[in-house]
Amino acid sequence: MEPAARLDQNHELTLKDFPYIIRWRDDRCKRCGRCTAVCPMLSIFPSVKAKRTVGSFGPVPNPKVERSVETVVKQSTNIANYCTGCATCSLVCPNEAIEPEFNPAHKFLTHKNTGGHPYTRGGRRNDPLVSTLDRLKFTRISMLTDPALDAGRHEFRIRTYLGRILPPDELPIIAADDDRLAMDKNSTKFIPPVREIYPVMIGSMSVGALSPTMWEGLAMGITYLNEVEKMPVVMCSGEGGMPLRLLKSRFIKYFIPQIASGYFGWDEIIRALPHMVEDPCAIEIKYGQGAKPGDGGLLMAHKVLKLISEIRGVPTGVDLPSPPTHQTKYSIEEAVAKMIQSMYMAWGFRVPVYPKISGSKTAKAVLNNLVRNPYAAALSIDGEDGGTGAAYNVSMDKMGHPIASNIRDCYLDLVKAGKQNEIPLIAAGGVGKKGNLAANAAALIMLGASAVSIGKYMMQGAAGCLGDENNRCNVCNLGRCPRGITTQDPKLYRRLDSEKVAERVVEIYKSLDVELKKIFAPLGRSTELPIGMSDAISADDPAIAERLGISYVC
Amino acid sequence: MCRLSAITSGEYISPMENVLSLETMKEGHDGSGMGLILKDLGGEFESFKKYPILSGICSKSGMKELDNFMSAAGFKSVHSWHPKIKPVTGVKLRDCYFANVYDYPDEFQDKSITEKETLLLDTRLKLRAMGQEDESIIVFSFYPDILTLKEVGDPLQLSEFFGLDHSSLKAKIILAQGRQNTNYAINLYACHPFFIQGYGSMTNGENTAFVPIREYLTSRGFPGYIGYNSDSEVFTHILHYTNKVLGYPLKYYKDVITPLKKEEIEGRPDKDFVMYMKMCLRFLCIDGPNCVIGFTPDGSCFMVQDAKKLRPGVVGGVPGKYALVSEQCGLNSAISERDPSTDIYPMRYDMVIVSPQAKEVRVWNQLQGWTKTMN
Repeated sequence: MEPAARLDQNHELTLKDFPYIIRWRDDRCKRCGRCTAVCPMLSIFPSVKAKRTVGSFGPVPNPKVERSVETVVKQSTNIANYCTGCATCSLVCPNEAIEPEFNPAHKFLTHKNTGGHPYTRGGRRNDPLVSTLDRLKFTRISMLTDPALDAGRHEFRIRTYLGRILPPDELPIIAADDDRLAMDKNSTKFIPPVREIYPVMIGSMSVGALSPTMWEGLAMGITYLNEVEKMPVVMCSGEGGMPLRLLKSRFIKYFIPQIASGYFGWDEIIRALPHMVEDPCAIEIKYGQGAKPGDGGLLMAHKVLKLISEIRGVPTGVDLPSPPTHQTKYSIEEAVAKMIQSMYMAWGFRVPVYPKISGSKTAKAVLNNLVRNPYAAALSIDGEDGGTGAAYNVSMDKMGHPIASNIRDCYLDLVKAGKQNEIPLIAAGGVGKKGNLAANAAALIMLGASAVSIGKYMMQGAAGCLGDENNRCNVCNLGRCPRGITTQDPKLYRRLDSEKVAERVVEIYKSLDVELKKIFAPLGRSTELPIGMSDAISADDPAIAERLGISYVC
Repeated sequence: MCRLSAITSGEYISPMENVLSLETMKEGHDGSGMGLILKDLGGEFESFKKYPILSGICSKSGMKELDNFMSAAGFKSVHSWHPKIKPVTGVKLRDCYFANVYDYPDEFQDKSITEKETLLLDTRLKLRAMGQEDESIIVFSFYPDILTLKEVGDPLQLSEFFGLDHSSLKAKIILAQGRQNTNYAINLYACHPFFIQGYGSMTNGENTAFVPIREYLTSRGFPGYIGYNSDSEVFTHILHYTNKVLGYPLKYYKDVITPLKKEEIEGRPDKDFVMYMKMCLRFLCIDGPNCVIGFTPDGSCFMVQDAKKLRPGVVGGVPGKYALVSEQCGLNSAISERDPSTDIYPMRYDMVIVSPQAKEVRVWNQLQGWTKTMN
């Protein structure tokens, strides 16, 4: 009698358990093998099947059995090789014979913790629902009492400030003559540095998390925007430093080097400091990221190849975890105040330094401290819809605070204290999640943000990132990015042309600028950013409207 | 769009000149209200220049309450003016229109002007709060040598209603606006011109940046920056904040409400200051469309445009009498004897300032400095 173990299928998964099921068409497939070659998860593989055909030829029935062996494409039911739905197979298939199909009834989350290891992935929060930002609309439209502007012809000034702004009564001024004022040159008052920038900046994505071609594409794109299009778009480096020749170049002024708890890349930055011909735009100190609040950063070993290890000053092929907190500090005074001051000192107090935290109920407490710190240049808050290169699934799906109410709470706190123009708030996390970049950015500005930071949108818009909120792809952590965006494998990142990425970055910003004007013009705003113009927006949900302190429309 | 008529003169003039100017400019349904501020008063007020004048509207019970409050606060009534009301169809008669002249309480007699100003503002705010709910007390201004009249109705009918054509009411600076605010509920407090501590202004536009400006001003902690019933009231308070609280010369009001671009500031001799001022007063930038006309405590009058220059405004006159109005025909009515070729149409970078006693007109251009002088 056959042993029971051979008959027991209960410990195997069926295809129906997986989030994506491969639809392969035998009749269209020409067996070229490209799909199985490009699958980043090895979810599909070439296999064979035995075929038994019964046929009859001749004037009288004379059935005969023919047996053959045919090549087929199969989907793995191994949990480690689950199909992420990236659809790279369908991208390379010459005959449209294969595609993954989303399976809404999947049981993946109950099976994914194999070997006692919780499921980790890269990407974004898997929440396909419409975000709060997409439930806001602009309802204060200029009509007859005040004419709307012409978005195409009117002159607009879409700019914001990055840096601590002194209140007017603290400015050291003297009367230069009867009706002219001047700054008092003899005053010892510290006047913090401030930059005028475009209000939508590229958020922190590191060299290492991104492939060399992707990072280079973004960098070239913003340089073109600044130097040719005269749009002062800036970009944060993310943790991990920057290429040395960029640090020493005049282009560094368009970049915000980030220092996080792993301090990766900072040896190089400090070494480059005496040779810098320009100051960086600002310095960002990372305390948290919205996609996995309270959790550290992680660049996994298979992404730490030669180039990355050189830039970061670490050995190749080792995991590079950044702890959840800066290990040498134990209080907000130390963690924020001392660090900010040290960074100011490094650049002769000429460069704004600001912290980035994850969206959280404690963001207000952090802001409260920063308001009282004369050196804090801004506060960047990253909401739960932000993305990450590697994280536990539970952190990404279930931890964090939506950015809309977090930024609104913080802004209203500033208003209450009369400090709303002194410390700029930068909002991030899910801006443009559904593609509505300009609308989401404008809504956040009207809720009180001075600037908005975007990351995933650039990956998707400029390089065609395949990820979505249905757990599609999300293998950034494995370094197997099918688009070549988040990998250090030359075979993969060669798929991405950095020139094309740069071109798309420029196109995205130029279109964004037009769309922002199309929003601001009907509201009658052109000369200043409508920060806190909460009368301009409404929500289609009374609870959202009440929570954000805006009007409800239906 | 509101009609504006401000006349500044070396001699005392009647508010009827402003009303007729408004009437000339009238178009369509411009009849929903009128506000008048008279500064540097003549006639029966000429001898009371140092005493504060409380002007407003009360119900009978409100008047009694107001009198009790003022005497309890130590203010001594010196003179009282009431317009000779002639009922007119379309204008709803209220119980009591008044302008009461008071002497300061004894303990304030020798106090500084700043302390007296604080007392007057504080008193006005208390009175406003007392009558807010049932509109039994509506107070527009409480300041020496300033009188304010406001009512809902057509300006010409209102002048008949108040008997302005027969009145001895005269002043050297008069601001008049026809039409009420149209964006929010009709409320007498929402009627231009607005006044605070010697500063008055009116505008003929709409302020799209109202909410952030209101939040900024109310969070300054200054007691008078409250209770905005009109989106345009903030212009007066921005003027007060920059000129009085911060002490910036008047011309910087233009740089505050319509800041230059970074590249434009580079050419200014005071670029360092202007750059910082632009940043630190960023929330006070107006986005128009507006033409703002106002006066300061020293008797200077000004006209300024928003950066879009979407609202008209013209200044003209003869030495000793100038008018700042929203339309050319209004200027023709106010000062017909002038040479129209010398009229000034301030553009987006300009601020026209008429000196006290209407002796001189100067144009301040944000890019080029003082550009034109008429005297």
